[in-house]
Parts: sequence; C-alpha cells; structure tokens
Amino acid sequence: MELENINPHVYKKISDRPILPEEEDNDVEDEFDSREIFDLIRTINDPEHPLTLEELHVVENSLIDVDNQNNTIKVLYTPTIPHCSMATLIGLSIRVKLLRCLPSRFKVHVEINPGTHASEHAVNKQLADKERVAAALENTHLIKVINQCIVNKVS
Amino acid sequence: MGKLVLLDTLSKHVGPVWNVAWHPKGDALATCGEDKTVRIWAKQGNKWINKVVLSDAHKRTIRSVAWSPCGNYLASASFDATVAIWDRKTGEFECNTTLEGHENEVKSVAWSRSGHLLATCSRDKSVWVWEVADEDEYECAAVLNAHTQDVKKVVWHPEIDLLASASYDNTIKLFREDLSDNDWICLETLESHDSTVWSLAFDKTGRRLASCSDDTTVKIWKEYPPNNPEGIPTTDNESTWKCVCTLSGYHTRTVYDISWCHLSGLIATACGDDIIRIFKEEETSDSNAPTFNCVSSTERSHTQDVNSVAWNPVTPGFLASCSDDGSVKLWNYTD
Repeated sequence: MELENINPHVYKKISDRPILPEEEDNDVEDEFDSREIFDLIRTINDPEHPLTLEELHVVENSLIDVDNQNNTIKVLYTPTIPHCSMATLIGLSIRVKLLRCLPSRFKVHVEINPGTHASEHAVNKQLADKERVAAALENTHLIKVINQCIVNKVS
Repeated sequence: MGKLVLLDTLSKHVGPVWNVAWHPKGDALATCGEDKTVRIWAKQGNKWINKVVLSDAHKRTIRSVAWSPCGNYLASASFDATVAIWDRKTGEFECNTTLEGHENEVKSVAWSRSGHLLATCSRDKSVWVWEVADEDEYECAAVLNAHTQDVKKVVWHPEIDLLASASYDNTIKLFREDLSDNDWICLETLESHDSTVWSLAFDKTGRRLASCSDDTTVKIWKEYPPNNPEGIPTTDNESTWKCVCTLSGYHTRTVYDISWCHLSGLIATACGDDIIRIFKEEETSDSNAPTFNCVSSTERSHTQDVNSVAWNPVTPGFLASCSDDGSVKLWNYTD
C-alpha cells in the first residue's frame, strides 16, 4: 500500500511520569488525570508508520480532558495530514483502548482536533455512534487491524 | 412530580442489552443484546424470571426484537445482517424462518398492526417491507432506498399501514403503499433534528409521532390531514406532518429510545446519561403547540447508557428498560 504521508514529522517522546509517594499510598484517593489517559494511548501504533501516536503528535497530553465528577473523558487527536484516510481507524483505536482500560462509568469522547481534518464532522459523528462502534468491533478483520495498533511493541 | 420506583432488576445477559419488547398481552418481556441471545422473561409468583433463552440463530449482536400483534411470533434483528422469525407452534420457541437481504447490520424490526407486514432497516441505508404470505412465507414487498445513511429504527402506525423510519441522516421518513400500483412510496421527510434520529414512537391515535436524537432533543410531530381546520397547506390530498414541540434542555447526552404509552399518554426516554425520564402532557395543552413537562428524572437509572425503554401495553405505569450495564430493569411510575 502506498503511504499517504511519506515523510511525517517525528517528535520526541516525553519522559516517564514520576511516581509520587502518595500514589503508592493506598489510603490516598488517586483520581484519573489527563497524564494517565495519555499514558494509555501514547503507545498506540500508527497504522501507516512504525511510530507511536505520541511520536507523531497525533495525541498530546494537553488535548486530553478528564472530568472525574461527571465521569467524562475527552480526547482530541490530530491526524498528520488533513486528508488522512486512517483518521477513523486511529480514532477507533483510541476509543477501543480506552474502552478496554477504563472503568465503565466513564463516557469517553474521541474527536478530531478542530480544524485538522477535511472530514472532521463525519469522522466525529461516526466515532460518537456507539452502535456503529459496537458493530465495527464485531468485524473480525477490523478488530485485527485495531489490535495491531493497540498492542504494545517492545521498544 | 411523579415517582419511578424500581421493581426488579433482571441480570442474565452478558454485555450490553440493546432492546426490550413487551408481549402484546403484557405478561412476557423479550430482551436482546451483544451476547447474541434473546431472553424471554415472565412472572412466576412475585419474581420475573428468565423462562426462555433463544440462541444459535445469530452470529453477532442482536439489536432489536419485536412481537407480532397476535403474540405467536417473535422477530429478532441482528448485526449479522439477518432477521430471525421465531414461533412456538411446537410449544417451544423455534426459528423457522430467516430473512436475508440486507447487506450489513439490521438495526430494527417491526410488525404492522395487522401482522401482515414486517419492516426492517439497516446500515445499508435501506428499509425493507416484507409481506407475510402463507405460513412462514415472507416476501419482500419493497426495498426503500430513501435515506442517505444508516437507518436506525422502523415503527408502524398503530392503526394503518403507515411506516416511519429514523436515520443517521438526521431525518425521519414516512412510507405507505400506493394502492394504485402497489408501489411503496416515501410520503414525507421530516427534517428538524440536528443529528442522528435514534428512535420513534407513535401516540395511541397515530396522529402524533415522537422522535429522539443524538442532538439531545425529543420532538413531537403532528399530522395535519387535508382540509385541516388549522389551515396548514397539504399537497396531493396527503397529510402533512409538522414539528409542534421540541423538548430540549433535559437530556445531556444522546437519547437512544422513546416509548409513548398508549394507556396513560406518558412518554419515557432512554438516554446516554444513564437517566430514564418521564414526560407528561399538560391537560390544557394546545394541540398545535403542546406542552410536555418532565415529571420524573431518575439519576443513575442504570450505571451506564440506557438503550431502550418500553411501556407495558396492559398495565399503565409499568416500564421496562435495558442498558449497556447488562441489566434489564422493571419500574412502576406513579403520579
């Protein structure tokens, strides 16, 4: 298959999150924060390049919003090029990864960073339609591709 | 304010439960979901128990179930692109007919009032009307390609063979058979929602239709027949439908389902914010601009999205719901 974006800009990975003493203390309530969500999705592999979504700046810590009170998480992602045909697949991979990792009380929104994709509205609508997502996840070919994106490669 | 009291929680399904449907006699409930089963629940003593499990007919999620008006048949629609028709002629439920034709996920199935017609719809953008010929014979009477996107729901008018469909293309369409040439035609397209229309419900008379949407609103549509006293213009001697009421500011997320009780007139909604809400029309309400009040809003009705609600057809105030949380719940509403 021909690459759509032949030479993407590659960014540096951020350093690991330092573990604070209170996080190891079982008596301290540790709420979800954006960094925790970022750590879950930064390692997702790009479907086209042997790079992670973090290295391509498709996902960024600053574009994640966590509201523990209302149990909502919003992730904005930035396709590398405005006509990226993989945009839906990337969004689906992020959604599936979070569905599998987070407690079910969270309502997860995965949307395209406004203004960064030609079909932004159509992709967002598809990703927000849980019936379509549920059906997509029963598609054996598609779930294989998604699993390949989600699986942690040993670096 | 009214009160919605939980009567029973039925937990047997594994994974999200998508749809609930009452038997026309009101004494049995069919449910279906991601676990590829249809479950039939009935009351034994004081408890509702899972009497029957129907499996093996579908390879993927079962999205929707519907009882025939006679109560002898049950139809199940699945993401596997088929619709199974179950009957209990032998005493046990058996699948004797499978309807094939849709290209991909079937989202909804519904029997007409007479029981002679069956409608199905799919992500393939089409609505199919099936004629129930002889015993277990179903013939495709029409393939309606009016929608431009995924069709989410089909419902029949409570008295006549008028079909309504709701779609991802944000519209609702009304279909009827043209008796001069037996062709099914799209009579009207109802546009007003700003996003996917997920479900529909006619009132008892069929002269009003309620719709619910991803735009978080509920809308009430009213039929204006030719020569209506209000002077609303109609064309070709056909009724026209107008949106006479929009309920906004209540739901905070997608409204997945709506049920309009034919006994009490109450409207129940199933919402992605985990809440079941009940709406009641004001008695002095103007029929051309009706007022509906939210009389009950039950926080955490379920622990996840509520996918479906259905009023019992025999006992007023008796409501069933189901959710992504895997449970089916039975409720009683009192004023």
